[in-house]
Amino acid sequence: MSTHYLIGNRPASRPSSRMLFIWLGFAAVLLLAPQILRSSLLHTHLTQMGIGMVLALSYNVLLGQSGMLSFGHAAFSGLGAFVSVHAMNLVGDGLLWLPLPLIPIVGALTGLGFAALIGYVITRTSGVTFAMITLGIGQMVYASSLMFPAFFGGEGGVSTNRVYGDPWFEWDFGPQIQVYYLVAAWLFICVAATFYLTRTPLGRLLNGVRDNEERIAFVGFNPHLLRYMALMISGLFAGIGGALMAINFEIATDEVLSLHESGAVLLFTFIGGTATFIGPMLGAVIGVLLTKFLPDYTAGWQMYLGLVFMLVVVYAPGGISSLIKPGLGVLRQTMAQRRYASFLGLALSAFALLAGTIILVELMYHRAAGATGPLHLFGMALDHQGVMSWVIGVVILLGGMLTIKPAGRLLFERLSAGEPALQGVPQ
Amino acid sequence: MEFFLISLLNSLSYGLLLFMLSSGLTLIFSMMGVLNFAHASFYMLGAYLAYSISGAAGYWFAFFVAPLLVGVAGVLVERYGLRAVHKYGHVAELLYTFGLSYLMLEAVQLIWGRSAVPYGIPEILQGSLFTLYTTTFPKYQAFMMLISILTLLALYLVLTRTRVGLIIQASLSHPEMVESLGHNVPRVFMLVFGGGCALAGLAGVIGGNAFVTEPGMAETLGTIIFVVVVAGGMGSLMGALLASLLIGVIQTFAVAIDLSLLDGLSAMGLGVGPGAFGHSVLSVTLSEVAPILPYALLVLVLIFRPRGLLGKREN
Repeated sequence: MSTHYLIGNRPASRPSSRMLFIWLGFAAVLLLAPQILRSSLLHTHLTQMGIGMVLALSYNVLLGQSGMLSFGHAAFSGLGAFVSVHAMNLVGDGLLWLPLPLIPIVGALTGLGFAALIGYVITRTSGVTFAMITLGIGQMVYASSLMFPAFFGGEGGVSTNRVYGDPWFEWDFGPQIQVYYLVAAWLFICVAATFYLTRTPLGRLLNGVRDNEERIAFVGFNPHLLRYMALMISGLFAGIGGALMAINFEIATDEVLSLHESGAVLLFTFIGGTATFIGPMLGAVIGVLLTKFLPDYTAGWQMYLGLVFMLVVVYAPGGISSLIKPGLGVLRQTMAQRRYASFLGLALSAFALLAGTIILVELMYHRAAGATGPLHLFGMALDHQGVMSWVIGVVILLGGMLTIKPAGRLLFERLSAGEPALQGVPQ
Repeated sequence: MEFFLISLLNSLSYGLLLFMLSSGLTLIFSMMGVLNFAHASFYMLGAYLAYSISGAAGYWFAFFVAPLLVGVAGVLVERYGLRAVHKYGHVAELLYTFGLSYLMLEAVQLIWGRSAVPYGIPEILQGSLFTLYTTTFPKYQAFMMLISILTLLALYLVLTRTRVGLIIQASLSHPEMVESLGHNVPRVFMLVFGGGCALAGLAGVIGGNAFVTEPGMAETLGTIIFVVVVAGGMGSLMGALLASLLIGVIQTFAVAIDLSLLDGLSAMGLGVGPGAFGHSVLSVTLSEVAPILPYALLVLVLIFRPRGLLGKREN
């Protein structure tokens, strides 16, 4: 049967010239980023962001597009990483011919193959049952990594060397910047592929399975098979991400299969936002910022990570990317209507909330570290042994907590009084 | 025989502890449809609180107070956290508890440090109770079993013989009806959540010193009790009991048996040399497979009997 009436009211797609412009812009950003951020440390972080984006996009094919919560994503990416490492070693030994830039194909086939193998029986239901079954599968794969040291290399993992064979157009992929461009190229392919997946009938049907499974079955499609396909697509891209990880780190250990890895992908995809296409990519950027930059400044980075995640779950279930549009709208209206005073009020109480949290968390970690000197924060010296600094932190935090809702309501009331169209904005 | 009896006792005490944890979880799961990812974190919290309180006021004081404190923490989490995300559906609730388990782990490490704390067994319960052939059976293990059985008996009586229990049971299956009869179902949920967390806390109090009280303890048991609840069956306490004991037996016996498929084959007269195909798979011993057995059970149950061993309904 034809599917066109299912798709029905297609959301107004942008004119193709504008889409081309966006894609060219994205390619330019990928090309120029390491030229602007010029240090090998930043190149490392950029590479990891790229890999994180591939993983988050693959995860969002399940969570955002098909409504399937998985706790076992690391099984797909991790197996992709292990098989890629073995493939690289085989090529290095001269038993196989495959240039390094094509190694992610091995990862993709691994992820796809594993998903095809286990997927049919586990995608019969979605929801909590699917979440639990993926948790079980993920843990099984993780636990079996110590059972088969011949393949998984035991606790030490399997290491490899990415510089092998003849250089690829004078590139041997030793330097980090060359690895970055390899990751960027694959990222571009994955972004394009997952984006156009959302535009295909299959992509729309997956949305349908997410929103109303019965209806999809009623119209004549098999939700089970659709979910199976979603898992295979997701596994394929996760395998690419795993292979890129293997190329970047030149090692695969059992850590890449662990629940931590699955949890991290889930955490950052959700923080970035599952409702929009750029959400997962934003999540990967936030993920690298929180887990790679923040630890240099504070011991409490995991606490901040958890707090950000909880705030997103409770107050912005669409993720941070879902806040951008309404946020910009509020900003534009504030400028247009010159409601600077109310806006400043909201900004102040948000700042108090942030500052109070940071002061208290930092004081706690400072105390836990057994430090004797005072804590230096924002140019102030806070004595964690006295009561005063704690009181200051609590007062600032409470001030923010108590004023943020009234301040927000005030701003919205003022703005919507001048612009009736804004009344629909969530408060 | 000696090995069999001792292993059976070990698996019973481990299984009963698992059931203490999973009974609360299964009640919460069947009422709210949300698997509390942070449930094992409450178990960890119970152990750490008991360590601190017993240091200040003795073990027996901690034995009663620590679970209560954990229960209060659970009530607060439900009232001011979970209830707010309830409107976004079960996936959001699952994610909320997932985030909570992160935060609780950080908080515990912040307060008690990143290494294990010396939470010991009280003097009166040290030593062995009896000797079976040549192996001694520790007093504390018997104490754990006794407390678990008493708690479970109390739980059973409360659920089946009291008015509160009737309302809880009714809210499990027909929340709308209970609500229209004038009961405050959200408050019942809150109290069940708190009660389940208190049970987890009690399991932490008696399990923390039998095993090790360390930040990793929640993760060790966390996924196992999921297996128990899901494999046992939605809303079925008996299913959870069956699954707990089953996993207790599987894990305890499997760890101790050092046999592989290879041994089985050679006993049948089929020798497989080290160079043969599949040798590395065949030579994996049962004790090495032990860690994956609970998850294999989970996956198999969910594939072949999605409502669980004794469950009556799906989701």
